Amino acid sequence: MDFLNAIILLLNYIFMPALAYGSQLALGAIFVTLIYGILRFANFATGDMMAFGTMFTILFTWYFQSIGISLGVLPTALLAIPFAIVLTIFYMLLVDKFVFKYYRTNKSPPVQLAMVSIGVMFVTQAIVRIIIGPADRRFYDGERFIIKAGEFKEMTGLNEGLAIKSSQVLTIFVTIVLVSTLFWFLNKTKTGKSMRAYSDNEDLALLSGIDPKRVVMITWIIAGILATIGGALYGLDKSFKPFTYFNNMLPIFAAAIVGGIGNPFGAFLGGYVIAFSEIFLTYAYKKFFMYILPASMEPESLVQLLSTDYKFAVSFSILIIVLLYRPNGIFKGKVL
Amino acid sequence: MRKYLNVILAYTIMLGLIIFVGIFQSWNVALSIFNMCLISAVMTMGANIQWGYAGLINFGLMGYAALGGLAAVLISVEPVQEAWVAGGFSILMALWLIIAMIFIVRFILKHFQKSKFRTYGIALIIISGIIIIKVTTQSSIEAIENVNPATTGFLGGLGLPIIFSWIVGAFFAAGLAFIVGKVALGLRADYLAIATLLISEIVIAIIKHEDWLTRGVKNVIGLKRPAPYEVELQTKEWFVNLVARFNSSKLDVISSISDKQAALNQLVIEGSSVFVKLCYSGLFLIVVVILLIFTQKALYSPWGRMMRAIRDNEEAANAMGKNVVKQHLLIFILGSAIVGLAGAMLVTQDGLFTPGSYQPMRYTFLIWVMVIVGGSGNNFGAILGGFVVWFLWIEAAPIALFLINIFTSGLDDAHVLKVHLIESIPYFRYLMMGIGLLLIMRYRPKGILPEKIEIK
Repeated sequence: MDFLNAIILLLNYIFMPALAYGSQLALGAIFVTLIYGILRFANFATGDMMAFGTMFTILFTWYFQSIGISLGVLPTALLAIPFAIVLTIFYMLLVDKFVFKYYRTNKSPPVQLAMVSIGVMFVTQAIVRIIIGPADRRFYDGERFIIKAGEFKEMTGLNEGLAIKSSQVLTIFVTIVLVSTLFWFLNKTKTGKSMRAYSDNEDLALLSGIDPKRVVMITWIIAGILATIGGALYGLDKSFKPFTYFNNMLPIFAAAIVGGIGNPFGAFLGGYVIAFSEIFLTYAYKKFFMYILPASMEPESLVQLLSTDYKFAVSFSILIIVLLYRPNGIFKGKVL
Repeated sequence: MRKYLNVILAYTIMLGLIIFVGIFQSWNVALSIFNMCLISAVMTMGANIQWGYAGLINFGLMGYAALGGLAAVLISVEPVQEAWVAGGFSILMALWLIIAMIFIVRFILKHFQKSKFRTYGIALIIISGIIIIKVTTQSSIEAIENVNPATTGFLGGLGLPIIFSWIVGAFFAAGLAFIVGKVALGLRADYLAIATLLISEIVIAIIKHEDWLTRGVKNVIGLKRPAPYEVELQTKEWFVNLVARFNSSKLDVISSISDKQAALNQLVIEGSSVFVKLCYSGLFLIVVVILLIFTQKALYSPWGRMMRAIRDNEEAANAMGKNVVKQHLLIFILGSAIVGLAGAMLVTQDGLFTPGSYQPMRYTFLIWVMVIVGGSGNNFGAILGGFVVWFLWIEAAPIALFLINIFTSGLDDAHVLKVHLIESIPYFRYLMMGIGLLLIMRYRPKGILPEKIEIK
């Protein structure tokens, strides 16, 4: 029984949150990796573009709430996301046309594009803060829990409760659907294949008649979808605050590089690698050991490898170790 | 003379703007902008050495600046005796353990062949070392943090004049840069950017959460100053006389003696804070001028030529027998040391150390905007960038307010849109910075004062 309790404890405090957080990171990381693979620069505006999409999701959510539309047990935000996606894609294409296109046609070095993306980061950040303000906002409505901790305890008779938040399940479900569609698109459709070809070897792709404008446009469209959904899911699960989104850029980058930048599947797994290691290393295992060890051996301290303050530092350290030993990432990405 | 015309013109306009602020807002504001401009200029010079001279991209400026600030605390704060008694010994022991660990790892790296076994061995040593340190120091760290937590709760510093911390801060930053450089300099440019950014976040995380060393988010306030204190100045006779002489024309107009005394008192209070700021300006100016002389000398020296050669074509420079890796590391350390110096200067000026205030937006990206806007590779450009961008950063709010009032002049004062826009004025500075950066990068990619290399 104690053993079961221990497992439920880990499931509740490590597995579920890490899975949800990992999915959110994974979406962002695929966004980074796609931009890197096809447009060939590190996009420092990632976090803020996600905030941009989330902002519109929230605005539409408020609008729908004000006119009385809701999805019942599901959050209204799900209804708002498609509209937000359209606006985000529009914004991204606009930015691309007026900012990135010039450097792409001039074949500027990637560093210059990264610098330019910092300018875009400043502007996007300003727009988000001017429109919706810097405050912390929660916009989840509908049923909060699928299983509440108390109900679970009653059902199973265990000491530990397992609470499954609907936002977590929603995140995981949406991520699986979205990512599998994306991989199907990249691997099976003609457009997806042309994108991969363009990413692999630009000149060869151009020779074989692939239209670069189309590839770039589709990349931004996919990026818009990923950014908005990833951002909105993060906001639903936790809360929306522009500053947090900017900071999330860092673990997202870490995830993309750990997985091998330019490789969408690597980025997807990288998100989970980062999320799980962050939570594994900063969780206090005292209760866990209390369950599995005999009473005489119970630990006195918290049995926490690192304090939770170092959550971010964990993912960055992993990134640095990966860069040192496998500069191409765990799953071979582009050569650095 | 004509070659330098644009430099002189740009600097005259910049100084004119600051004087304009002095006349129309107040000299206090103008001088605090000027001081921050000088500090920004030092940081920009550090970044410029790395990016402009050698093409190394360092997005970790924040970490070095914070280390410089930490140096200011560790040098100037009086040591906390009780805390040292409570846990100083085991902290020192942990320090020895870390040093021993480094030597063991170095020994293994030197004397064993590269193999999986060696890698795992090193990992094992590091992990077990960390665990041992954590277990042995935990109780003493708690003891230190419990010593009078409201005011101290940390080990304190050395109690030396804070000016020394400028040098120590530079050394701290150089030490960090050495480690980062060893780890990350082999990476391609944009990876280097990301890696340095993340490393600086780790540094900030440590500074924020190791309360025994830095008091963490509880901040260290009331650091000693290299300049006189306003309150003391106001009681000094020579200072009052000085203020009276400066404002004699104003004071002579006032006839009644009591009014005159009141006016003088007011002037002395204002004057004292201006005087203190002037002292800082003097100190900072000395640093900027010395750095400028050195960096200019370096730029036109054979070493500077070599750096540019490495920047423009690494392979060719390598083929000519230049040690690219070593030079990159050297310049990375030099640039970071200057940023560390600036960080110490900043904390000296503020008189407080607030680890929570170190944000990449303010300490990394803003400095980069300064470098790009000013002109990378040109020291005068870098300094000008620091001035222009900081000036705009501060004056963005009044400018934005002015513009909003013009564009919404047709609207009612209580109109929702107008109220909302006026509430979000602080964020217009981001917009301005972003658009400024994008415009400069598009239409003047070499900055306001572009790099000019003459062959003599």
